Amino acid sequence: MTALSRAGGASGGDRGGGRGGGRGTRAVRRFVGSLPLRAVVILVTVAWSLPTAGLLISSFRPADAIRTTGWWEAILHPFEAATQWTLANYESVLSADGMAGAFINSLVVTIPSVVIPITMAAYAAYAFAWIRFPGRSLLFAVVVGLLVVPLQMSLVPVLRMYSAVDLNGTFLGVWLAHTGFGLPLAIFLLYNYISQLPVDLFESAAIDGASHFQVFRRIVVPLSVPALASFAILQFLWIWNDLLIALVYLGTTDAVAVMPARLNELVGTRGEAWHILTAGAFVTMVVPLLVFLGLQRYFVRGIVAGSVKG
Amino acid sequence: MVEQAMAPPARDINRRRLVLGAGRLALAAAIAAAVVVGLGLVRDPEGPARLYAFLLDLLGQSTAAAGLREDGLDPLHAKLTIMVIALAIGVGGVWALFAGLNSLVDLLGPTWSRRVRPYMFIGPAVLMLLAYLVIPAVATIVASFTEKGAPEKTWGYVLTSPEMWLAFRNNLIWMVVGTAGSVGIGLAVAALFDRIKREALAKVFIFLPLAISMVGASVIWRFMYAWQPEGEPQIGLVNAVWTAAGNEPVALMQVSSPPVNTMALIVIMIWLQTGFAMVILSAALKGVPSEVLEAARSDGANERQVFFRIVLPMIRGTLIAVATTVSIAILKVFDIVYVMTGGRFETEVIANRMFNEMFAFRNYGRASAIAVILFVAVVPIMIVNIRNLRRQGIGR
Repeated sequence: MTALSRAGGASGGDRGGGRGGGRGTRAVRRFVGSLPLRAVVILVTVAWSLPTAGLLISSFRPADAIRTTGWWEAILHPFEAATQWTLANYESVLSADGMAGAFINSLVVTIPSVVIPITMAAYAAYAFAWIRFPGRSLLFAVVVGLLVVPLQMSLVPVLRMYSAVDLNGTFLGVWLAHTGFGLPLAIFLLYNYISQLPVDLFESAAIDGASHFQVFRRIVVPLSVPALASFAILQFLWIWNDLLIALVYLGTTDAVAVMPARLNELVGTRGEAWHILTAGAFVTMVVPLLVFLGLQRYFVRGIVAGSVKG
Repeated sequence: MVEQAMAPPARDINRRRLVLGAGRLALAAAIAAAVVVGLGLVRDPEGPARLYAFLLDLLGQSTAAAGLREDGLDPLHAKLTIMVIALAIGVGGVWALFAGLNSLVDLLGPTWSRRVRPYMFIGPAVLMLLAYLVIPAVATIVASFTEKGAPEKTWGYVLTSPEMWLAFRNNLIWMVVGTAGSVGIGLAVAALFDRIKREALAKVFIFLPLAISMVGASVIWRFMYAWQPEGEPQIGLVNAVWTAAGNEPVALMQVSSPPVNTMALIVIMIWLQTGFAMVILSAALKGVPSEVLEAARSDGANERQVFFRIVLPMIRGTLIAVATTVSIAILKVFDIVYVMTGGRFETEVIANRMFNEMFAFRNYGRASAIAVILFVAVVPIMIVNIRNLRRQGIGR
């Protein structure tokens, strides 16, 4: 009964805890009163999920079926003979349309592009937070100021530099580009966390004769896991889903094309082949969705923390 | 503070440190060499085949090695090999870099290593920022004024051409409608979901699109907007609902019909960004003390008054933060337009224009000028954002 009254719509929620309740009739009235609210909530969540649901369902339907009937028909009659479920779309998109290769390329691009900036940023954040040296505050101010610069400002000069040193279309080039563009936010977020670690830790480590390198590796890194994980997820998501940098610095050849670039090509070349497009799109989404469902707390924290990027 | 740890150690400890440091340095040098070799292998499509052939030769299996050199490796196998090598050098390389640098600094002796070490810690990051942000940003500004034909063909074009003005107009529509939509719906959803029992579950559905790439979202919505001629069954949900209501099917993204196409694109952005606004605003709503709300209600305020006169002003700072963040993301929107229309049918936006000038037309001067425009547009929004965060006392 308290559960019902806590769901009450008109009373402004349950922030106070065990407020409300009361006699049966009141609870019933509250339940009825909350029905419109529940209807709206269900309507909104369904509306938000329908686009993805349509994609997912269609990716398991044969090409002809997708072309001739709406995907909702398959839901309404899931076991009828006319509704054939199939995995053929995935087989085709992974092999013939090169999505499997693109998946591996995406991994090759993403993992170092997350690890390299996080490592560099963690060292830098530790130094900015806990070592005194000339120029510290000026350099840190510059780093934070760079948050404002949109990466479009760098695209052309870096492209020219890459042409000069032959880094265009290489994994190394794209790792370094993602590192450079991701560093200001990485340093900023990790600094905010590392500078809040208790002073005593560092004092006692110093008394024990630990070097900065040891303090960093044995104390700072293990204690900063939440911040590192949040940033890692944010950066992972941004790189895994990135199209712009992949197009500019990596290109669309089979040897290097990542999944968003490949999917974009499919839209161009097979725009009406919905069985390929839906399956292809879902293949690109699988890893982020798993990360999201598995590490939801870090995921949300990372997204929220990243909200200062320019 | 920590510096005292380096205070003069005994001489033999010093020597041991030196030997250890030299050993580590040799190891780091070996890793660096491996990284260089690995980078070469990753660049060369035949690299994995040659690596395996080399290893087979070492094992004395020269016929098998020759066969491998002839036929190459099957593509998937080669790809997986490249992946393993790439991950090893990409991840291992950066760790080796710092270990090696640290050993180098150790060799300097106590005084100098203490002075140099902080710069070694920040050095790689600072160099990367210089190479990828500071110098390029300056170069872009310079290029916009010095490329051939500048400034008439760069700034003149950017500020006066009808294409650019179309992009400016569309970006403005994007910013206003997209930001208002994301923040407005996000706020409404946060306030509504706050009152139900399964709040966390319901929020997952709104939040989920944040994990989806803009390219993926574009495919999703391309399917939503799919169009068939009148009389044929509509397979896109939007047109299915629209025709079921007795209207003619609408061919979105296939003909110019301002501003409908742009609006249809903005819907995608709102679908993606609402979850972000919802999460942050929901936390802010929960931070409003219930005593305040109770007091207002007992003074006779109705729910609408409580929300608009009390709750909204109390979360104003968060609202501004969310709105500025979303509008910066929207200002730089590229993927959605690029995938859905490529800027055709009067849907051009600034970032897409810049990409095309740079990549399709190789017109670096114009592209640079457009980039500077984006930068100039972002700065005031960021200033509002930072001022707002300061006012809230967030030490950011």
